[in-house]
Amino acid sequence: MIRNPNRGRLAWFGNLGLSLSGWLVLAFLLLPILVVLPLSFSDSRYMSLPLGNFTLHWYEEFFGSAQWLGALFNSFAIAVASTVLAVVLGGLAALGLRHPAMPGKRLIEVLLIAPMIVPAVIVGVGMYFVFANAGLTRSYLGLILAHTTLAVPFVIVNVGSALGGLNQRLLWAAASMGATPWMTLRKVTLPLVSPGLISGGLFAFATSLDEVVVTLFLAGPDQRTLPREMFTTAREALSPVLLSAATIMVLFATLLLLVSRSLSKR
Amino acid sequence: MSAIALPPSLPVVARKDRAALWRAYGLLAPLVLFLLLTFVGPIGTLLWRAVADNELPQALPTTARALSAWDGRSAPDETLFKPFVADLREASPRDLAALARRLAYETPALRSLLATAKREVAGLDGSVAAMGALDQRWLDNATWQTFKRAAGPVGSYHLLSAVDIKHDYQQGLVNKDEAGLYRSILARTFSIAAITTLVCVLLAFPLCVFLDRRTPRTRNLLLLMILLPFWTSILVRTTAWMVLLQDGGMVNALLMALGWVDSPVHLLYNRFGVILALVHVMLPFMVFPLLAAMAGCNRLLVQAAYSMGARPLRVFFQVYLPQVLPGLAAGALMVFIVTLGFYITPALLGGPADQMISFYIAQFTTGTLNWGLASALGLVLLVATTLLYLVQAHLARRGAEGVKR
Repeated sequence: MIRNPNRGRLAWFGNLGLSLSGWLVLAFLLLPILVVLPLSFSDSRYMSLPLGNFTLHWYEEFFGSAQWLGALFNSFAIAVASTVLAVVLGGLAALGLRHPAMPGKRLIEVLLIAPMIVPAVIVGVGMYFVFANAGLTRSYLGLILAHTTLAVPFVIVNVGSALGGLNQRLLWAAASMGATPWMTLRKVTLPLVSPGLISGGLFAFATSLDEVVVTLFLAGPDQRTLPREMFTTAREALSPVLLSAATIMVLFATLLLLVSRSLSKR
Repeated sequence: MSAIALPPSLPVVARKDRAALWRAYGLLAPLVLFLLLTFVGPIGTLLWRAVADNELPQALPTTARALSAWDGRSAPDETLFKPFVADLREASPRDLAALARRLAYETPALRSLLATAKREVAGLDGSVAAMGALDQRWLDNATWQTFKRAAGPVGSYHLLSAVDIKHDYQQGLVNKDEAGLYRSILARTFSIAAITTLVCVLLAFPLCVFLDRRTPRTRNLLLLMILLPFWTSILVRTTAWMVLLQDGGMVNALLMALGWVDSPVHLLYNRFGVILALVHVMLPFMVFPLLAAMAGCNRLLVQAAYSMGARPLRVFFQVYLPQVLPGLAAGALMVFIVTLGFYITPALLGGPADQMISFYIAQFTTGTLNWGLASALGLVLLVATTLLYLVQAHLARRGAEGVKR
């Protein structure tokens, strides 16, 4: 007789155990982030249970301090600038990588992806040595260049996969009807790969917004970014203001996630 | 296709091809140039600094040449003392300070020895008697071996130090006195990464099987619960764990309310907290490749095995697991590689005994300014990462091929 493995008491317990462990791991992933939200609205200093009364005090402190607000602004400015630079440089390079039989293609591909693989501390120390000689440490330009370097691989990967799905016949059709390469690029290629460009840009933006290791090496006293400010504050003493900063970043992550999801559905 | 007879040479296409090639290079050029300046240059500088030993040749150029000629085994004599005294007269205080710092990495006492020699240099003539009268240690072989190891301009001193080895000219490669300092840091880094990887595998496997059995609609909703942490800043997640795990934090409040413990358990600033947070950060990197491998697994084979009477455990190990293994291995290696280089999470959640190699690289770079050792440790980390990544890329390719089959 053939046993049906999905029936019987043992299988029932197995499925229960599986669902239970699945939900537990999901809870482990999500709860630590969700817990931050109510604590940032509680007037208890100790950031624990029982929750205190509702207050916006920590947000007032965040938005009232030039230090935190400046860090938030710096983070966004640097993220926007490095995203634009990464999307332009990475988008062009991804188009170049479409050439099927270019000598040295493997080497170039490895170079373009490498900043994603090499540990951030190594990139940070190397840049610290070189940028100091070039006068780029303690400057916004240095940080933007560094964040662009770290963000470029994400643009290459995303645009590359969008280009991989591109129907070559459409490009031939355009060319056969007399379109110049530039016109083909503008009217055919770019509209078709724009989801890849945008999701690459989102990854680049998130990378810059999250980056703190290289920033710690390169930034001077003026270049406070939100993660750097959170790192130094958390090192000294935990304060509920940190949680309001964290909440703002979680909200931002949610936004990025939703945009990227809606792109991948299209 | 082959029915159309093509002429053997296609001059027009070839010319167009060349134009296409140049266009491709032209498109790649800006980014490649950019990365040469911001990435390849910095990494190259780091690698160079791991082997560069410039302080002694800079401060005492003729002594450096004499040291290279000296075999390092015999007793030091006037062939070393004469150029040393001559160089010492000329040396600038700034270069000497740099040299003193470099020599003190190995033998702290040499700093004052060198300073005294510079002060008394007027009375020295480079003879054995005068050097011995200045300080008996100047006649020691060990003192001059330290000089020889720093004679540069390229040397293995920093690299060997990063694995606690010293090149002794009389005995060959020997363990350093403070044996095991960096080797234990390296071992700690690897063990933290290994435990994190293991826990990630153990948590991700049931989660992925669970997700794999849901309908696509439910699965996509549940995946959002993994994607939100994935998109959230590592710093936010690390801070959240600090708040949760502190002595008066929620986890302890919960444990005490349940009556499991009477006084708060220390969960922060130790290995437990570091690994817990690392697992939380790295778990999505494990889930995505594993889930893809499970989705690509051929379920007919599993059903066939059952229909032929195989027991569940046998089906799992002989039919199911081999199919998802490449994806599992690729994900696990990715987790391991990324964890090796972690800095932020252990720095915030760990105690002094839980810091990983990145922490020391950062500390030697900006704290104690021992750039040679920082670079050498960086090189060790870089080599480990690169080798593991090559294996990972190979496995990921094989995993993708398995899915296609």
